[in-house]
Amino acid sequence: MDLTDKLLSSFIAFEDQVNVNDPVHEIRTEALKRFEKQGFPNKKLEAWKYTSLQELLATDYSIFPKSKCALEYANVRQYFLHEIETFKIVFVDGQYSSFLSETTHDGVDVCLFSAAIEKPKYKHVVDAYFNKVANQKDALTNLNTSFANEGAYIFIPKGKAPLKPIEIVHFATGATPQILLQPRNLIVLEEGAEAQIIERHQALAPIEAFTNSVTEIYAGKNVILDYYKFQNDQLTASLVDNTYIDQKEGSEVRVHTLSFGNKLVRNNLNFYQNGEHCNSVLKGVTLASERQHIDHYTLVHHAQPNCESHQDYKGVYDDRSVGVFNGKIIVDQIAQKINAFQQNNNLLINDKATINTKPQLEIFADDVRCSHGCTIGQLDEDALFYLRSRGIPEKESRALLMYAFANNVLESVKNNALERRVKQVIADKLGVRLGFDL
Amino acid sequence: MAYTEEELKKELETKEYAYGFYTDIESETFPKGLNEEIVRAISEKKEEPKWMTEWRLEAFKQWQKMTEPEWANVHYAKPDFQDISYYSAPNKKPKYDSLDEVDPELLDTFKRLGISLDEQKKLAGVAVDVVMDSVSVATTFKKTLAEKGIIFCSISEAIKEHPELVKKYIGSVVPPRDNFYAALNSAVFSDGSFCYIPKGVKCPMELSTYFRINQAGTGQFERTLVIADQGSYVSYLEGCTAPSRDENQLHAAVVELIALDDAEIKYSTVQNWFPGDKEGKGGVYNFVTKRGLCERNAKISWTQVETGSAVTWKYPSCILKGDNSIGEFYSIAVTNNFQQADTGTKMVHLGKNTKSTIISKGISAGRSQNSYRGLVQIQSRAENARNFSQCDSLLMGNQCGAHTFPYIEAKNKSAQIEHEATTSKIGEDQIFYCNQRGIDTEKAIALIVNGFSKEVLNKLPMEFAVEAQKLLEISLEGSVG
Repeated sequence: MDLTDKLLSSFIAFEDQVNVNDPVHEIRTEALKRFEKQGFPNKKLEAWKYTSLQELLATDYSIFPKSKCALEYANVRQYFLHEIETFKIVFVDGQYSSFLSETTHDGVDVCLFSAAIEKPKYKHVVDAYFNKVANQKDALTNLNTSFANEGAYIFIPKGKAPLKPIEIVHFATGATPQILLQPRNLIVLEEGAEAQIIERHQALAPIEAFTNSVTEIYAGKNVILDYYKFQNDQLTASLVDNTYIDQKEGSEVRVHTLSFGNKLVRNNLNFYQNGEHCNSVLKGVTLASERQHIDHYTLVHHAQPNCESHQDYKGVYDDRSVGVFNGKIIVDQIAQKINAFQQNNNLLINDKATINTKPQLEIFADDVRCSHGCTIGQLDEDALFYLRSRGIPEKESRALLMYAFANNVLESVKNNALERRVKQVIADKLGVRLGFDL
Repeated sequence: MAYTEEELKKELETKEYAYGFYTDIESETFPKGLNEEIVRAISEKKEEPKWMTEWRLEAFKQWQKMTEPEWANVHYAKPDFQDISYYSAPNKKPKYDSLDEVDPELLDTFKRLGISLDEQKKLAGVAVDVVMDSVSVATTFKKTLAEKGIIFCSISEAIKEHPELVKKYIGSVVPPRDNFYAALNSAVFSDGSFCYIPKGVKCPMELSTYFRINQAGTGQFERTLVIADQGSYVSYLEGCTAPSRDENQLHAAVVELIALDDAEIKYSTVQNWFPGDKEGKGGVYNFVTKRGLCERNAKISWTQVETGSAVTWKYPSCILKGDNSIGEFYSIAVTNNFQQADTGTKMVHLGKNTKSTIISKGISAGRSQNSYRGLVQIQSRAENARNFSQCDSLLMGNQCGAHTFPYIEAKNKSAQIEHEATTSKIGEDQIFYCNQRGIDTEKAIALIVNGFSKEVLNKLPMEFAVEAQKLLEISLEGSVG
């Protein structure tokens, strides 16, 4: 039985677990119908030209985790940024773990999507926002919607800001060696709210986990949101991350995608600017090796005038890794005075590595300033020689230059603990100890 | 100019492409429709050898299996391939007896483009006196070319006279099964040009010069094959800045360039076909496959200036097969009113130390859509490949669109690729600066546009550069935002 059939038949079992009379379920069944029609994306689709899911789809995934597996905090402590300085929403094999989490309802709501659907208190938020910005034409998003039941639910009311950053962590324990996870996050920030969110997916054993995640973010007027996607999973795990962001007037949303791990990663990051004076920032650092395949697919849709967007993606590709960058900027006819910038720089370290990049502009307004730049190259031999002539070994010199290369993106990470963590991961991945803080 | 801006706008809006369509062409035309019989008949008509007929039929078979591509960023009513007549012998009879009969507006355009009187006659289809200068010039040209051993003739002539060359190279760069329109062209191509430059010969003149005087009606499915043998050089220009009247709606040409070791081909195109009226009605569909193959140390340079056609779909490409080969692409695409252009290039780096440069300038005005679509591909064995791409778009008016779809694929770590693109409009301060110095807005825009496209215009053969510059001005008239 192939995965599509399996999913379709699992839906019946899934219906036993959820309230089928809820309007949310109507959205699910609609989405499933669309998915059934579309099927999984293949390489013939322009958006999936460089990324194939074939191998993943051939795997026999468990769609529902077999048993609830308890985790000791001490064993997973290393995957959290901080013990007490963050709110945590933690899922283990797709199930909420209240033991590892630290949620709050004090002024802001940091809790669960499953609870939000059920409780009348949050019902109006779910009804108003659920599946509104998500792309109904995207097959994987529809698949996620049809099984949407669990994930993070964050609601920040007008003018509020949570006291500390929020971590969303998804663990896959390894109790189920081939697991399909479909978390669904709903994040709503009302006018003037602020937040900092860090998302992470982590398998605790080399298992074939396949995560198809959808996050919907609604940023109201003048919201400031920093969102970090920290991707350093096992080299056997795969992730398709679909993020949809609806921005209102004067809001500023910054998303950093920090990709180091996983077998296959596909980040669909979509910004829709539906108000004037919005600012969208998309930054990414990718460090890929072995047979990793990392694909960044971004969309910034400027639908209102006087907005800005800024994209900066840096990628370093070693071994047989494959990197894909597809950045799309659309400027509608009424969206005059747009300033859109897009940059993608890549370093190829090995002849077997591949980079496919496609920075794309679609512009219908005339009074705009849109530019994109993209480079593929290698480390500067002169710079390398300069460092080596000062007694820094070759490996370290290379690492230093790579840090410098990625630094534009790293320095805009506003969470110090995360920044240190990222630098550590880079050092580990490059196999160097620089002995001083960068 | 004593116009108010309103008046000027109105006048320019109503100004149409006055040189409509001819109907009374006396020619031998095949019945409409396409089938194996028609393909055979075309081949027979042209007295082609058997292998050519077979080749066409094979292409036709491939074509039948294909579907029309839809990926391009253009929207148009699909042509009905069974409603086209695939063979129509050009009529030799002049259309007019003297220049006085020609549409005065056309003559005015010629004048503004700076085309010489004799050429004007030729281009407008006026009977040309036998003793006229240009013809004697043409004869001299022919002689010079023959002395050097250069073969330059129509492709049907070449199929008969030089079958070994044609057989060896035709379809070697653009195979019949390459794409839908290439297959169609391979099956039914009516005529085109063939050019062979022998080893070590530097073509003594721009073939463009020759072409302008001697060019015959090219037809709807044109096939061009240019072969530059080892160490040779040729500069070739197709098309013309003069507005071209054409009764065919669909144009599907194939151009193949082969640059053998150390050879250099410079191929320039100026295209100014009927773009449709200001409502977007009519106009030529231009679906062209152009590709060049570079052997060791060879160089191919494409220069494209496009102002005409309702829908353009064209990607002149270079396959950099040999080590140290160089590919260049310089292009200006201007779209106005309802024109749509999806143009760009492909640079495929296979050999070591290969270099490519892409400079693409898109100017959109009116309600037009202009897309750049390019591919830079570095294969894993292409050590030290180098590419620089720049695509700039200029938007005039808020109803038009400019799009960029650059694909970059690198499989070798020593590759160095840079890509830059910008989209902007003409700066108000730039126009103000010009106004301040007594240059009116229309002129100022022409000046700025020329500056914007200078890098490409510079690459054109000299006499065309001047005309192309004026052509840009004329094409963009009335698009002041």
